[in-house]
Amino acid sequence: MAAQPTIDTQRLDAVLGAFEPGDGSALIEALHDVQSEFKYLPEEALDRLADRLGVSKSRVYGVASFYEGFHLEPRGEHICTVCMGTACHVRGAPRLLEHLEREIGIASGQTSEDLTFTLEEVACVGACALGPLVIIDGKYHGNTTTSHLTKVVGKLKKD
Amino acid sequence: MPVQVKINGIKMSAEPQETVLQVARRSGVHIPTLCHLESVESTGACRVCLVEMKLGGKTQLTTSCNAGVEDGMEIMTDTPEVQKHRAANLEMMLGRAPGSQKIRALAREYGVYESAYVPSEDPAIPGCILCELCVRVCEALGHSALAAVSRGGKKYIGTPHDKPSESCVGCGACAEKCPTRCIEMTDTKKTRTIWGQTFDFVSCETCGAPVMTVRQRTHAVETKELPEDYYTTCVACKQKNLAGRFARVGS
Repeated sequence: MAAQPTIDTQRLDAVLGAFEPGDGSALIEALHDVQSEFKYLPEEALDRLADRLGVSKSRVYGVASFYEGFHLEPRGEHICTVCMGTACHVRGAPRLLEHLEREIGIASGQTSEDLTFTLEEVACVGACALGPLVIIDGKYHGNTTTSHLTKVVGKLKKD
Repeated sequence: MPVQVKINGIKMSAEPQETVLQVARRSGVHIPTLCHLESVESTGACRVCLVEMKLGGKTQLTTSCNAGVEDGMEIMTDTPEVQKHRAANLEMMLGRAPGSQKIRALAREYGVYESAYVPSEDPAIPGCILCELCVRVCEALGHSALAAVSRGGKKYIGTPHDKPSESCVGCGACAEKCPTRCIEMTDTKKTRTIWGQTFDFVSCETCGAPVMTVRQRTHAVETKELPEDYYTTCVACKQKNLAGRFARVGS
């Protein structure tokens, strides 16, 4: 687990300023906005968000930890998502995942120490005809191979 | 306007805002519960208060603790169907809380002696059935220090960010009301340790026994606008003092 860096409170204030003070019904929307600003949900931001919306800190933490789409840990600059759906699975997705784990040097679900990469799995993205599929920074790499992934990741490492 | 319901074939008159459980208990019909507490909102989490409810020709199983009564409702509290489902739910809870006397006793009543279920991961709090009664009690007391964190097999009860919560006053109500008594709370004469933090007790001015935690007292005095010296003696000493005062008045 990487240590939580300090956050820019001005950016946080700008995000939270858009919400009515005490408007607890905007909880999920506010979590989305904070996450799109910081790429994850920093602890401090969650506590400040709770104060702004008049919701308890425990409730905010409960909701934020419930959804798979909210991230409580800092995320890497480059996000690699390996589709593990049935079609991709039978076409070798587990091998691709293992390959990426070795290539980047982190386990699935983790973020590298220097915050360069996050490696994660997804159950199915619905693009089964393209399997095996790996999404890197939003770009879909269909019918992909380990050598192709080495090339893509290697390029990102240099950047 | 009161509504007419039937519980186990007996006609009852009920207020529309009452729950099935309230009406049943009021009329002496026993329905078992684990996560129900009259003073907090009922969520039907433990599902042992299941009853069969017939309304408009449709019969369904429902949790009686949070089902409101409706006119013409027929409720059966102990049919084979009800017993079967209560037993199934108890078996699952027994898997999570094999050490709980309360669950074991209740499960035995339904013929469940052991459980085929084993939690998929090591639970953060062994024996917790995730009924969230502690969360509801904490919220009702105005602290809201607890939440159900994460979900599915990983779900557990915890404090925000899994760190000692500034909202927790160490009142111990969560541990006290927990149906499986699984929340760890350690009291010494001077301190209480719960949810990862240690609280100092206010000691009784007369006998020195713990009254409540300092933070609980501060919270109570502030929110209820009580005099500064409130809660400085324990209940036993308070009663003794009062009895002494009444005795003097009487003589």
